[in-house]
Order: sequence, then C-alpha cells, then structure tokens
Amino acid sequence: MTGLMLFMRRIWPQLMTLAVIVGLISIMFPGFFQISIANGRLYGSPIDILNRGAPVALLAIGMTLVIATRGIDLSVGAVMAICGAVSAWGITEGYGLAATLAMALAAGLACGLWNGILVAVLGIQPIVATLILMVAGRGIAQLITEGAILTFNHEGLIFFGSGSLLTIPTPVIIGVVTGAIVTLIVRRSALGMLIEAIGINLRASTLAGVNTRVLLIAVYMTSGLCAALAGIIAAADIRGADANNAGLWLELDAILAVVIGGTSLLGGRFSLVASMIGALIIQAVNTGILLSGFPPEFNLIIKAVIILIILVLQSPTMRTVLVFFSREPAGASDKDKETVAP
Amino acid sequence: MKSTKAILWAGVLASMLVMSSSALAQTVGFSQIGSESGWRAAETTLTLQQAKDRGIDLKFADAQQKQENQIKALRSFIAQGVDAILIAPVVATGWDAVLEEAKEAEIPVILLDRMVDSSDDLYLTAVGSDLVHEGSVAGQWLVDELAGKDCNVVELQGTTGSSPAIDRKNGFEQAISGHANIKLIRSQTGDFTRTKGKEVMESFLKAEDGGKNICALYAHNDDMAVGAIQAIKEAGLKPGQDILVVSIDAVPDIFQAMAAGEANATVELTPNMAGPAFDALAAFMKDGTMPPKFIQTESKLYTQADDPQAVYEQKKDLGY
Amino acid sequence: MPQSDNQPLLRARGLRKVFPGTIALDGVDFWLEAGEVHALLGENGAGKSTLIKCLTGAYRRDGGDILLNGDMIDPKGTIDAQAYGIGTVYQEVNLLPNLTVAENLCLGHQPTRFGMISTRAMNRRAREVLSQFGLDIDVARSLASYSVAVQQVIAIARAVTLSGKVLILDEPTASLDSHEVDLVFGVVRSLRERGLGIIFISHFLDQIFEITDRVTVLRNGRLVGTEATRDIDRVRLVNLMLGRELEQEVRSHGKTHAAAGEPRLTFTGFGRKGSIEPFDLSIRPGEVVGIAGLLGSGRTETAEVLFGVAAHDSGEARRGDGTALRLTSPREAIAAGFGFCPEDRKTDGVIADLTVRENIALALQARIGWMRRIPAREQRAMANDYIRKLDIRTPDAEKPVGLLSGGNQQKVMLARWLVTNPSFLILDEPTRGIDVGAHAEIIRLIEDLCAQGMSLLVISSELDELVAYSHRVIVVRDRHHVAELAGGDITTDNMVRAIAAPEREAIN
Repeated sequence: MTGLMLFMRRIWPQLMTLAVIVGLISIMFPGFFQISIANGRLYGSPIDILNRGAPVALLAIGMTLVIATRGIDLSVGAVMAICGAVSAWGITEGYGLAATLAMALAAGLACGLWNGILVAVLGIQPIVATLILMVAGRGIAQLITEGAILTFNHEGLIFFGSGSLLTIPTPVIIGVVTGAIVTLIVRRSALGMLIEAIGINLRASTLAGVNTRVLLIAVYMTSGLCAALAGIIAAADIRGADANNAGLWLELDAILAVVIGGTSLLGGRFSLVASMIGALIIQAVNTGILLSGFPPEFNLIIKAVIILIILVLQSPTMRTVLVFFSREPAGASDKDKETVAP
Repeated sequence: MKSTKAILWAGVLASMLVMSSSALAQTVGFSQIGSESGWRAAETTLTLQQAKDRGIDLKFADAQQKQENQIKALRSFIAQGVDAILIAPVVATGWDAVLEEAKEAEIPVILLDRMVDSSDDLYLTAVGSDLVHEGSVAGQWLVDELAGKDCNVVELQGTTGSSPAIDRKNGFEQAISGHANIKLIRSQTGDFTRTKGKEVMESFLKAEDGGKNICALYAHNDDMAVGAIQAIKEAGLKPGQDILVVSIDAVPDIFQAMAAGEANATVELTPNMAGPAFDALAAFMKDGTMPPKFIQTESKLYTQADDPQAVYEQKKDLGY
Repeated sequence: MPQSDNQPLLRARGLRKVFPGTIALDGVDFWLEAGEVHALLGENGAGKSTLIKCLTGAYRRDGGDILLNGDMIDPKGTIDAQAYGIGTVYQEVNLLPNLTVAENLCLGHQPTRFGMISTRAMNRRAREVLSQFGLDIDVARSLASYSVAVQQVIAIARAVTLSGKVLILDEPTASLDSHEVDLVFGVVRSLRERGLGIIFISHFLDQIFEITDRVTVLRNGRLVGTEATRDIDRVRLVNLMLGRELEQEVRSHGKTHAAAGEPRLTFTGFGRKGSIEPFDLSIRPGEVVGIAGLLGSGRTETAEVLFGVAAHDSGEARRGDGTALRLTSPREAIAAGFGFCPEDRKTDGVIADLTVRENIALALQARIGWMRRIPAREQRAMANDYIRKLDIRTPDAEKPVGLLSGGNQQKVMLARWLVTNPSFLILDEPTRGIDVGAHAEIIRLIEDLCAQGMSLLVISSELDELVAYSHRVIVVRDRHHVAELAGGDITTDNMVRAIAAPEREAIN
C-alpha cells in the first residue's frame, strides 16, 4: 500500500501536467474526446496521442535508464533510422517477418553495444560517444536503403505500424508492454538499484563490487533495443524506411520526456512510468498544436513556451514556492521536507 | 497517350542530338551537390544518361554537400580544359572567384536546378523549374477538376520557411484565387516527410469532422501526400474519391498511388535538367547562339489519365 | 628572517568556516611576511585548502578578518583576489593547453591595436615576462608542447604578473621529478628575493625543509602552530601534523601477544609502478595490522593495490592453504572475501542519494548478482539489524545516506561490508572527520571484529589509535614499506621516528 502511494506521489506532477494539457486542448477543440471505431481500430485524438507518442515513449524507456547512469544517448534517432531501414530491407529481400524483425532488433542491440563499449570500456564521455553514431547512423541507414525511401507492402510488417489488437493500435501495445516488461525487470531484480548507484557515484559503486562496465553496456543495449522497436514502428507506419527523416530529432524529444518525467540529467533516481508520461505530454502538445489550426510558423514557439512552463513549474524552486503558498504538501518531494528539517 | 508521346519526343530529340553533337565530341564536367534525396539521385542518373546518349564525355564529381568540394571540382575541370561545366550549386553565394576563372578560361558554365548570387555574365545560362509555377499548375488542376463545385482544401506545407514551401503555397493560392468555391481551410507543415504528412493529416481529419469536411488535399511534395493517403485510408475514407489528392514532384511512389486510384494528380519537377542544358550548349557551341539566362523546365501535370503504372515503371529505376 | 616589527604582508585573524556537520576552520590565525616562503602543512581535512579558498575568496568565510598590508580586504572571488595582489597556482595547471604560451600569459589582458589583439606585441610581452623567470622558450608554441614543470613556471609567471604581492602554490611539485622541482624552486627563490610573500603547500618534507622559511601546521581545522623552519626538526614536524607530543610514552596494551596461527593471506612482492613499491605482507585470522604514514606516502595506495582498485603489476597473493588469488579488480577482491572502506567516504564510499538500506545492501547485492534481488523484507531486516548493532543515528532505513553525519555514514560503510561477512577488511582512515562518540564506537567495533576472527588492515593518521588496536604496525614512507613494529615496539614515538626519518637513513 505504501509502495503504491509512494509511486503515485512520484508520478503525480506528470499526471497533473498531462491532465491540464489535455484539458486545455479539449477546451480549444471540443471534439477532442470523441472516440469511435474505424476499420476495427479505435479512432480519435486521444488515440492519436497514444499512437504517435509510442515511439518517443519507447525511446524514453531506454533513455531513462541511460540517463539514470549519468549518461545520455544521442544516437537513438539514428538507430531508429538504421533499424527501420534494416526491417524494410529484410522484408523486401524476402527474409520473412520473423527473420526481419530479429535482424532489426539485432541491429538495435549492436548499435547499443557499440555505444556501451565506447562509454564503459573506452571511457569516452557519453555525449561524445553517442554523437558518433548520431552522425554516422543516418549514413549507415542510407547505405541500406541506397539513398531512397525503401517502401514495402508486407501486411505482417505494416501491422506493427498501423495494425491493431482488440481495437488498440499496435504501437500503443508495444509501448505499454515494453514499458511494463522493462519496469518489471528493473524493479523486480536488483538492476534498478545498481543502475541508480552507478549514476549517483560510479567510483563508489565499482568499489562496492558493482559490475559497472557490464551494467553500462547493458543499459546502452536496452536503449538500442527500444530504439529498434521505435524504428520498426516508424517504418511500418509509413510502409517505408526513410533514412533521412525517420526518428529525426526524436533523441531530443526522448531526453525532454525523461526530464519532464523528473529524472535528473545528473543520474540517479529514475521513474520509467514518469518518463513515458513525459513522452505523452510532449505528444499531447504536438497534437494540440495541430488541432488548434494555428499557422505552422507558430508551432515551435508554442511548443517551446508550453515546455518552458512545465519545466518551470516542476523546478525545485517553484515547488518550494507552491508548497509555501498552498501549504499543501502533495507536490513536495521527500527532499523538500527533509531540507526544511535540520 | 500523351505520356508515351512525351517519351518518344525525348527519345527522338536525344537521337537527333547524338548525330549533331558527336561531331563536336565534347568533354563536360558535372559538379553535383551530392545525393541527399531520391530526386537528386534521379537527376544524376538522368544527367549521366543524357550525356551518354549525346556522346558527351561527362566528368562527374560528387561534392557531398560541401561547397569547397565543388570549387575544387570546378578548378580541376578548368585545369583539365573541359569544353563546358554543369554545376548544381549547394549554396547561392561564394562563387564569383571560381566562375571568373572559368570565364577567363573561356569555359561556359551552366547552372542546374539552383541559382547563384553572382552576376549573370559569369555563367552561360541556368536551367531550373519555377516553384511558383508548379504550385499554380497544381491549383489550376483542382480548379478545372472541380468545375465550380464547392470544396474545402487542406494543405500540407513543406518545411516552414523553405523557398519551395513558400513558392508552392503562393502559386497554389494564385491559381485558386477568384474561385470562391475553393476554400483553403487548414494549412500545416509536414516537413516534406511521410511521417509528418501522415501525422498532420490525421489531425486534419479529426479536426474537420472525421474528414467529412475535407474535399481535397494539396501537398507540397509527394512524400507527404503518400503519408496522408495512408491516414485517409485508416480513417475509413477513400483517398482519390472522398478526398482528392494533388501534390508536386512526380516521384515514382505517387504514380503507384495514382494507379491504385488513391491520388489524383502530381506536377513534375523534372530531374532531367541536363537535357535542356545540353541543348543550349550544343546551340552555343555550333554557332554562338546565346541562350536566355534562365531556361525554365516544363512543370508537367500527370493525372490518372496518363497511365500512371507505365510512368512508374519508367521512373522506378532512375534512382529516386 | 624577514622583519616582523611592521605590518605583515597578509594576515588572517580568527578565520572561521563552517560546513554542514563540520567546522572546517576554527578561528585560525595566520600571517605571511613579504619575502618569505611559508609552508602550510596538515593531513587531509586539516583545513589547508579551506584556508586558501577563504583567503582568495573562493569560499565565503563565516568569521574572521583578512588584512593586506594592514588594510582589511574582502575578496569576493579569485579574480577579485588577483586585483588585491593574491595569485594562486594549483597542482593541476589550470591554464589552456591548446593556446600558445603567450596567449596563456596574456589571456584577458591582451595588448590591442585598433581594437584587435596584436599578436606581435603579445609575444614580445610574454618573452619579457618569461625572461624574468629565466625561461627562454618559443612563446608562440602551444602550452601543451612544454613539460609540466615549464607549464608550472608559466602558471606562476601569469599569477605573479596579474597579482604580484602574494603567491599561493598549492602542491606545485606533486607531479614533478627532482630535476623539474629544481627549476620551479629556482623561480620561487627569485620571487622571494623580489619581496613576494609565498604560501607553499606540499606533502614532501624534504621540499619543506629545502625551500621554506616558516611552517604553519593545521589539524582538524585548528592552528597547531607556526614556527621557523630552521628551528624545527622532522620528528617535531610530524608530531605537530599528527598531533602527538614528543614524549617517550610507551603505551602498553592488550595486544602484545600477536594473534597466533598460520597466516590467512600472504602477499609477496605485491606492488604497482608509480603507486607503491613491492612489499610483503601476511595477515592472520583475528589480527589487526595498522599502517602509519603521512598523506601521499603510499598508505592509501597499499590498500588500493590489495583491493584491486589499482591492479598490482608485480607479486602474488595466496590464501593460507597456498591457493593463488586473483586480485585485479574490486569484484575479484570481494569474491575472495575482502572488504574496503575507502578514505574519501563522499567520492569513493557512500552512494549519497540511495537510502541507508540500499547502501548497506549494495555490496552483498553486487556479489549475489543483479538477477537475484535481495527481497525488500530481508534488506530492511539487514539494515535495521545493523542500524541497531552499530547504533547508526537515522530516523529509519529509508533515509538517503547523504543526509547522515560523517560518523553515521562511516558506520553505514562498515555495515555494507559486514553484511558480506568478509574475512579480510581494509579500513582507510575509519575515524576521520567523525565526532568523538562515534570515534570510540568505531574503535570498539574494530576490536570486536578482530576478536571474532576477522583480519583487519587499518590505515590511520591517529597514531594513538593504531597503538590501541594494532598487533603489528607497518610504516610507509615515500611509497615504500619502511618499517614494521610489533608488540611492545608499537609506540607513537617509534612510529613518528620511522615516518620522519629522512630518505636513505636506515631504520632500525
């Protein structure tokens, strides 16, 4: 019971933010909550948010773990492009669905292994190490697609982008299931604590016998795997692999999702659920802007202002102020209270 | 019928030129930007093909998006003493010095596809398409197709602030202005990509009563249209019938959609910039005929009547 | 000796600086004359760097005055301090290695011509400056192309040109060889002749005696004393630093009978180049071996080589039954039943944001592997057990350990290893920076563990402590194990003598 309460308290600010943004959209666009079934699939703006938010939510899962170790993975967008290209190539070459998916996921794992080795074995700073693949990755993807958008018509693969299971879009299911599996593995095993320990103090963790090298590599590989799933979804969604544009800038959205989810870029304590809600918050803003009908010149400004407001409201200073004025401790974290006490 | 004629025309013209130019046996240097898009790859393929057809010895240099590589390539062409230079400049500025060098060496330079800011006596001519015109061809098709019926149009713009997005929007608006039956109800950027085209179209459909309010889609490029067509289908509507689809570029994939009846029209941005360039060059070499300073390529309109499947077959191997 | 009848160049009166949980400086008085080299000495945590940072304004002091030539000053930061004439050079040269020597010297004060930096004028000025320091080098080359010693001199030159009254050298010679030290010392002597006041921080006693005029010793944030270097000898200096009076107090204690039996672990020729020279060490069950030595002598390096933090490159380790042990990483050492509480708890020990429970469970969990998570209930039971046993003052096991006091953090560290049930525990300065009560408890704990048959290696600069619980004491100096004392020979006096003996003097 207390565990659940702690959990709710952790994700409370993110849930509130999401609710406020969805509320604002529905005021501006009254038809927002209309959900129907079209082609045996749930259809409506809230579904769009979940469906379009799924790739970033997937990236945010891996990114959360990486950031918890005090790292960062800039390559996830490019890894999406690579894995999308691999899946399009595999299916058009006639390898069959299972083999194609296996190859795409293996490509993601290999990218993660590369990043992990650069960071954990060679000791290169994560931001530099993953920048290499961020830059080179699209070139690799272009080699696979031979510079063109590699299109396919395999219904099995398309299912991962625009199919549905029990009327729920496949990307949403993949996102939720992956989130649940990773959360279970991380929290039911000791991985979560060890990852946090590494992020807070790498040297002390090594001295306590934590196998930091292997764990770091595993974390980057998880990030690669999540990016591979997102890449498959993105390619399946448009029935083609677009090496230039698939996942473009999504690494930044993923990092933002983690930050909105309240995980510090300095590593340590993390919450996968909060990061995934963070991804939905970003997508809700995007979808809201599209529904609003503002001229596209304003898109980025509106998005920036909303994100700024969210981050300011979540900043420690602002929380203290809010707590002070409302005398309502709901928004206060443990730390706030403890710094008050001597 | 019309399209087969066009192909024939090009073939005949090419073979005529082979005869006339083989006597001149030219060497031409071609500095290409790179291969950032399928269209660019097709342009390279067609340029090489056109040169081969005319018996021109083409020296090809890929600049990989870097101006200094292009300048290096031009200097090496000048040093080799080529008869002419084709260049698709990666940026507009910074060409004066190297163009002067070419002029001093009396080597004519022809710009392909993009313009430069240098004085126009530094190059022979520029071959390119008129982006505003492309937009207006698309708009005119819609005007003619509707024949006065009321229609709400949604627009998928290119990358905000890019010149194709601005010009193609303006051209389209010029064409539909004065036709009160056509209303542009929503316009949003799809960044020229399929993914964004699909995502933005999804939101248009939700915002306009499940798409019942929309009668036509105008997309600044085919890729966004292809993405949007999927969104329309997933919303349970029939693209091409319930919602008319018109876009620009004429890449192979849109012809597949047209063959399936899911897209209605596209305006070609021809990757064959080299053909008109070689024509102008041949005339200039032969008797000194000065071409105009800007040769506008044809912005050809393709509709479902143009045997899209055949055009697809013809285009698919160009490297798009 | 400089005159002291008029105002000293720089004077600190009753400097006080408090950090949460510790008093870093407790009313320290200090004065520096013009034309002297003044050594500042003390162990880790004695307050040397805090004093420097208060003098240069890098820290806000909580009390006390700073006077320069008799006038009160209040530097707000290092740049402000430079404006007053106080310059600092740190151990790691804090210049920009990719800029040229001239640019480094003139950075922020480049000569300009028509608003543009004049490289020629800058290079000329740089050459002039360096010639005063006896350096004739190409100033247009990048700083990185010169040796650390030359870089150090350039850093000094920059500090002197920018400030010019007081020069603070924070371990300038730590990474230099003896020839390079001579180069830097030549510069320091010429600056002394020019009338600068120089504060010199170093751990090398030889260098202190070679270059300094006076020494000030700090311990635990308090001033121990200031004396003329020529009036003091090594033994007395070590005594001041370690806090012992030179009395022939022979402490008899209960550990005269060394623990009997076969050694549990034997290390032969164990060492690592550049860190600690090869040494032999064996340790029996229930035995406490102390290690005494000054900071930087190789005492912590001994612990790190044993635990595999810095893998040994010579020698071998064997168990009592003769089987060989691989000890090239902490994981291997832990698998062999070792535990290690490092000296710097904050950076090497506790995981500040994790809870007391998680910190205690960490090493055991790491040994078991990530897949088999210790159930939450067991973790809590384990944590509560040790919170009770070691009297860790925390409201509950779920408190982030970073919020606990130093002594309680140390107990959490001990608990972390005790739950792994180690056979050999290495404690590096287990009682540093903790209050008196916790101090006594930790010493009692060491004795208890020893009585239970655990082998302990304890490093401490508290010599009394070592006398109280050690069966044997190894003295470390200049990266060598130089002496081993056992039984009745374990006295603070003997230790101080061994620590203070100058190089190449035989130890009995």
